[in-house]
Amino acid sequence: MTESAAQGLTGTTARERHPLRAIPAADWAAALEIAAKEVFGAEWEEQLARFIVFLRRRISGEYSVDEYGFDRELTQRFMLAVLRPIKEKWFRVEVRGIENIPTDGGALIVSNHSGTIPMDGLMTMVSIHDELGRDLRPLGADLVFRMPIVGNIARKAGATLACSEDAERMLRNGELVGVWPEGFKGIGKPYSERYKLQRFGRGGFVSSALRTGVPIVPLSVVGAEEIYPLVGNIPALAKVIGVPYLPITPFFPLLGPLGLIPLPSKWLIEFGEPIRTDAYDAAEADDPMLVFNVTDQVRETIQQTLYRLLGERASVFG
Amino acid sequence: MAERSGPGRVLLVTGVSRDLGRRFARAAARHPNVERVIGVDVAPPRGDIGKVGFVRADIRNPVIAKVIAKEEVDTVVHLSVIATPGTTGGRSTMKELNVIGTMQLLAACQTAPSLRQVVVKSTTQVYGASSRDPAMFTESMEPRRTPSSGYARDVADIESYVRGFARRRPDIAVTVLRCANVLGPSVVSPIAAHFRRAVVPNVLGFDPRLQFLHEQDLYGVLEHAVRTGVPGTFNVAGDGVLTHAQVARRLQRVTVPIPEPLFGLARFGGGEYPAELKALLTYGRGVDTTRMRSLLGFEPRYTTEDTVVDFADSVMPSVNRADRALAALESRLTGAPGD
Repeated sequence: MTESAAQGLTGTTARERHPLRAIPAADWAAALEIAAKEVFGAEWEEQLARFIVFLRRRISGEYSVDEYGFDRELTQRFMLAVLRPIKEKWFRVEVRGIENIPTDGGALIVSNHSGTIPMDGLMTMVSIHDELGRDLRPLGADLVFRMPIVGNIARKAGATLACSEDAERMLRNGELVGVWPEGFKGIGKPYSERYKLQRFGRGGFVSSALRTGVPIVPLSVVGAEEIYPLVGNIPALAKVIGVPYLPITPFFPLLGPLGLIPLPSKWLIEFGEPIRTDAYDAAEADDPMLVFNVTDQVRETIQQTLYRLLGERASVFG
Repeated sequence: MAERSGPGRVLLVTGVSRDLGRRFARAAARHPNVERVIGVDVAPPRGDIGKVGFVRADIRNPVIAKVIAKEEVDTVVHLSVIATPGTTGGRSTMKELNVIGTMQLLAACQTAPSLRQVVVKSTTQVYGASSRDPAMFTESMEPRRTPSSGYARDVADIESYVRGFARRRPDIAVTVLRCANVLGPSVVSPIAAHFRRAVVPNVLGFDPRLQFLHEQDLYGVLEHAVRTGVPGTFNVAGDGVLTHAQVARRLQRVTVPIPEPLFGLARFGGGEYPAELKALLTYGRGVDTTRMRSLLGFEPRYTTEDTVVDFADSVMPSVNRADRALAALESRLTGAPGD
């Protein structure tokens, strides 16, 4: 024990006898160094220095967000990093048809929606980022942006409100936009209706694609239906709280927080062949018959692909 | 766009008792193309007004029409719309000054044969702030919810009177400038006061997008609008957006999260949080400034970020211990002196 430590123990005031004062600075430094080596590996000094630069930039506010509030740095370094192991190890997501997404320019990804919470959207974001290097810009319901924390994270991750103004603005700027037209009807449907597509809204997403002339890429996600099998709902209580549904799964709320762990189903996600819209005139976006037909075509493509993928999947947890 | 020039420009500026009106009027009076500037307000200006002729008049009564006619005013710059009651009294006085004042002023303008141009400073608060808002409002978009009270309602009413006036007098160039929140070292406003607090409250779980206009750019755009006479409604804001957290961190402010339902109730030691500021601090707002560039032809000198940086110089930092500690650690690791 060093001299200073001895002094710490023999101090006369309560402040001097504080337990932390007995540990000399050198010991602190050594402990931190070992911890740093543990976390950052052999090149810890460089890694840690880089991490601190990142941290300082965050603390001083010297990072940038785009006009929708998208924080690319935070999304890539933090959110995607957290989701990646879930995608690879837990759900073992198999991605097909990534070549159907244009490598640049605007495009609209239209997907089925399931799983009680929008985990399918998150997994799609990670998959597109990792396989293609593009950021998916999800469109979310206004409830998402009304909720504290959730809405904040959604904007930081690149989402914006599902309205024609934002969708068209993003598509015109060449963003890759994701939309889940089933909305809450899709993620909040009972387990017995799994893989049955709900109504596709009013086809607003088709109008936006027609107006901006971007291709529509249908996306079929198999696996998300089984993560939280929704066996019950408390509509009366949901109405009081102001949410579209209150889920009851076999494990939630029975097991409490443990019930929040999603079941490790096997996921297959397939991007279908793009449906081109540039052949139509922008004015035709207001033709309800055309919008209806294209909506139906997208919906049918996704539904058929879902049935095929389900046949190809060995088992739910395969 | 042909510039309006030649001697004989006579400006009438309302709201010269406040800083914005006084400074703008004083600067305008120094311009070589301007023959004279008449400042109007109910209270005398609190500072130097240079060559500006001051007329103590209430724009709510018909005296203003006589002033416009007698002085042969050709341009009216309406800056007296106020965001907070301040020293004027209560909310009802504020509403009367804003709405009735504008009605009377426009009524006076309508019968003035000499008048060629009206410039009105409005605000992006006419778009409101809600969870159902598009990310970037263009001039053609309406607020999702029509404001039922407060400053936002006043501005919505004022704009509708101005539109009516523009229809009745198509020979007059009417320019409405919807300015983003103005920030700068000498700005006194609810949001400036909010960020000057030693401890800045924020709405728990929300990090709204904010846009600012530097006070210099506000004078710049008013001068530009008077000089060029481009009619129409324009969003005016610095480039880019910053979130509330970014602004607070740039200003080195400690933030305290307050749950949304409580945010409006608490006055937080004297701070004023009117409904529209609370909505802004919850949901944020962005406006598209394409028309400002392409049609109005105005380019702000400060981006939103520059504006905050400039504002930061006038604000005493309340905390930077975390950054100092990290800087020290970084310099030890890299062997380079930290800044």
